Amino acid sequence: MNISGAGTVIRVLIEEGVNTVFGYPGGAVLDIYDELYKHSEQINHITTCHEQGAAHAADAYARVSGKVGVVIATSGPGATNLVTGIANAYLDSTPLVAITGNVSCSSIGKDSFQEVDITGVTMPITKHNFIVKDVTRLADTLREAFAIARKGRPGPVLVDIPKDIQKSFCAYQPKKPQRPTYRNENGKEDFAKAVKLIKACKRPFIYAGGGTLVSGASQKLLALAEKIDAPIGSSMMGLTAVRHDHPRFLGMTGMHGKYAAIQSMARADLIIAVGTRFSDRATGNKTEFIRGKKVIHIDIDPSEISKNIPAFVSLIGDVKVVLSELVEELPAIQRESWAAELDAIRNSPDSRLKMPENSLNPETAIRAINKKADPQTVVCTDVGQHQMWVAQYYNFSRPRGFVTSGGLGTMGFGMGAAMGACLADNGRKTLLFTSDGSFHMNMNEMATAVSHQLPIIIVMMNNNALGMVRQWQTLFFGKRYAHTSLGRKTDYVKLADAFGLKGCRVSSLPELEPAIEQAFAAKGPFLLELIIDQDDKVLPMIPPDGTVSDIILEV
Amino acid sequence: MNPDEFVLSMLVNNESGVLTRVSGLFARRGFNIDSLSVGVTQDPKLSRITISASGDDYIKNQILRQLEKLHDVKIVEIMPNNGTVLRELVLIKLNIAHKDRAGLMEAVAVFRAKVVDFTNDSVTLEITGERSKCDAFVEYLRPFGIAELCRTGLTAISRGSKTLKYK
Repeated sequence: MNISGAGTVIRVLIEEGVNTVFGYPGGAVLDIYDELYKHSEQINHITTCHEQGAAHAADAYARVSGKVGVVIATSGPGATNLVTGIANAYLDSTPLVAITGNVSCSSIGKDSFQEVDITGVTMPITKHNFIVKDVTRLADTLREAFAIARKGRPGPVLVDIPKDIQKSFCAYQPKKPQRPTYRNENGKEDFAKAVKLIKACKRPFIYAGGGTLVSGASQKLLALAEKIDAPIGSSMMGLTAVRHDHPRFLGMTGMHGKYAAIQSMARADLIIAVGTRFSDRATGNKTEFIRGKKVIHIDIDPSEISKNIPAFVSLIGDVKVVLSELVEELPAIQRESWAAELDAIRNSPDSRLKMPENSLNPETAIRAINKKADPQTVVCTDVGQHQMWVAQYYNFSRPRGFVTSGGLGTMGFGMGAAMGACLADNGRKTLLFTSDGSFHMNMNEMATAVSHQLPIIIVMMNNNALGMVRQWQTLFFGKRYAHTSLGRKTDYVKLADAFGLKGCRVSSLPELEPAIEQAFAAKGPFLLELIIDQDDKVLPMIPPDGTVSDIILEV
Repeated sequence: MNPDEFVLSMLVNNESGVLTRVSGLFARRGFNIDSLSVGVTQDPKLSRITISASGDDYIKNQILRQLEKLHDVKIVEIMPNNGTVLRELVLIKLNIAHKDRAGLMEAVAVFRAKVVDFTNDSVTLEITGERSKCDAFVEYLRPFGIAELCRTGLTAISRGSKTLKYK
């Protein structure tokens, strides 16, 4: 049967198991939207306020569900509005298919109305992209886009479909989607090298990144830790791979990591890095970071091996598959003196940095909300101080239950992300921690959350400043607060009311509990504004390009 | 070649935009391209790109691993210093009168270059060979006054029966 290009798009989406897409209609995708209208029972389309929100929603949807996220936008500004969202997915390795319309093939290259070379624009921030100029290639191109997005290290793929291709007809043959399968391709000798290093070392440290979650390797990671008697720390992207209260887990490492995790990693003589790329935020000064250590690097992307930190041994492949093999090859090892050293670090007074318990501050607020929330609740953040506080204080119990912008550090990620996360979690209560700076960037998406009655609790920490930049200005720029004191007069409770959701403001600790009760009782979205101090700091902090000996514990 | 120079050969999909993907990767990761040549292979679906680049082992390894990730790159290899035929073609125009051409024809013969165009006020020469030979020829011609010079960039093929193949 001959069907249109637009009809083909929808059929391939259904083939690929897509039931939720995010997007924004426009002239160059009218045909696709007409098909979405006809197939609204199979595909739920969420219209956001801005394409950026749709891209972040699709990104978060993918992170929580493990499926490929899909976003649709029209040509020109619709497509360029996706750019930050696509870059965010690229830096955090999220599987995403972005479908854009374009002007008809005959109008391409003529600066036609709403024409942009979006494949050119997104080339550096996609795993691959396509422009389809032959309708008979459309179905297979879309299938390939899904396959590329999923395969190996996941990432975003963009498919640009000119308007005339959407309108052209050709035969359509359904196909089964390609699911990647992984097997071990490392040789015995590679494992032998790793085993030798692990046996010879005295202070091993397992460092888990986002790849652990992508691969679903949490159990194997713990099995490794048990077998070789090693602690686990994680990058921010690796948070949730191990339960917060697991005795092997020391917490997040890096610039704002947990003291115990940072110190233990610094003292280790062997780092077993699992699905991580040693970002500069995680390592600080790379030369000092690696001094006196060897690294075993396990990753599915060979280009990450020795890119940022030289690896002594590398094991390439899906980390779950590799870890299974590695655990098999290893003898059980006990390390009493390392365990004792770790206990001493954990019990050191510096490990117990606390904000005051009797005031409203980021720690008391996050802990109180955490206590009220179900352990399975998905937690999203924007970017800045609040993000780090959540990473430090929230007790994560569910793999993939923390959705945050890691590599790109996208302020404005949160609102879109919370909607995508909520839908991926079957519309369950979802938490978004944000701040006045980040929230102001994409708060328009409150309207979308209201339209769909998504039960998102927006916890907005208001310090009337760009807190993280202010913290750097305090520490490194002689307290010259250039353009970070916002002085805005936004009344967020009234704003919430105007958008059609309930909200309340909390400015002291006694007000917190009742406000949290109110927020959790709300059916739809709820805005909880918390007034916090401009000079609350994210601590500890290792200054950029610094080392563990530069750690700032108090200001 | 300098010790840190190397030549990459790759087979890529013969589609529009592929060259941009390859060269864009070099630009955004901060790798230098010294020369680049590209053309279709015996299989019209594939083009072959030859890039000469320079850098230490770290850069060499990163270039290979990053190129391998490009969807359109089917295979990429560093050509070994021994066992590779390297060639470049150079066209050189000299706008000089007959009377000033003494020594020129001798150089053409010695370097085994070719005269491809010959008029009253200009001579255009072609030379093919390894880069060092082409460089030497260009240096020899410099005093004559080079009006125009075009180099194709290196292309490379293995000696013997070995070919660049992908699974």
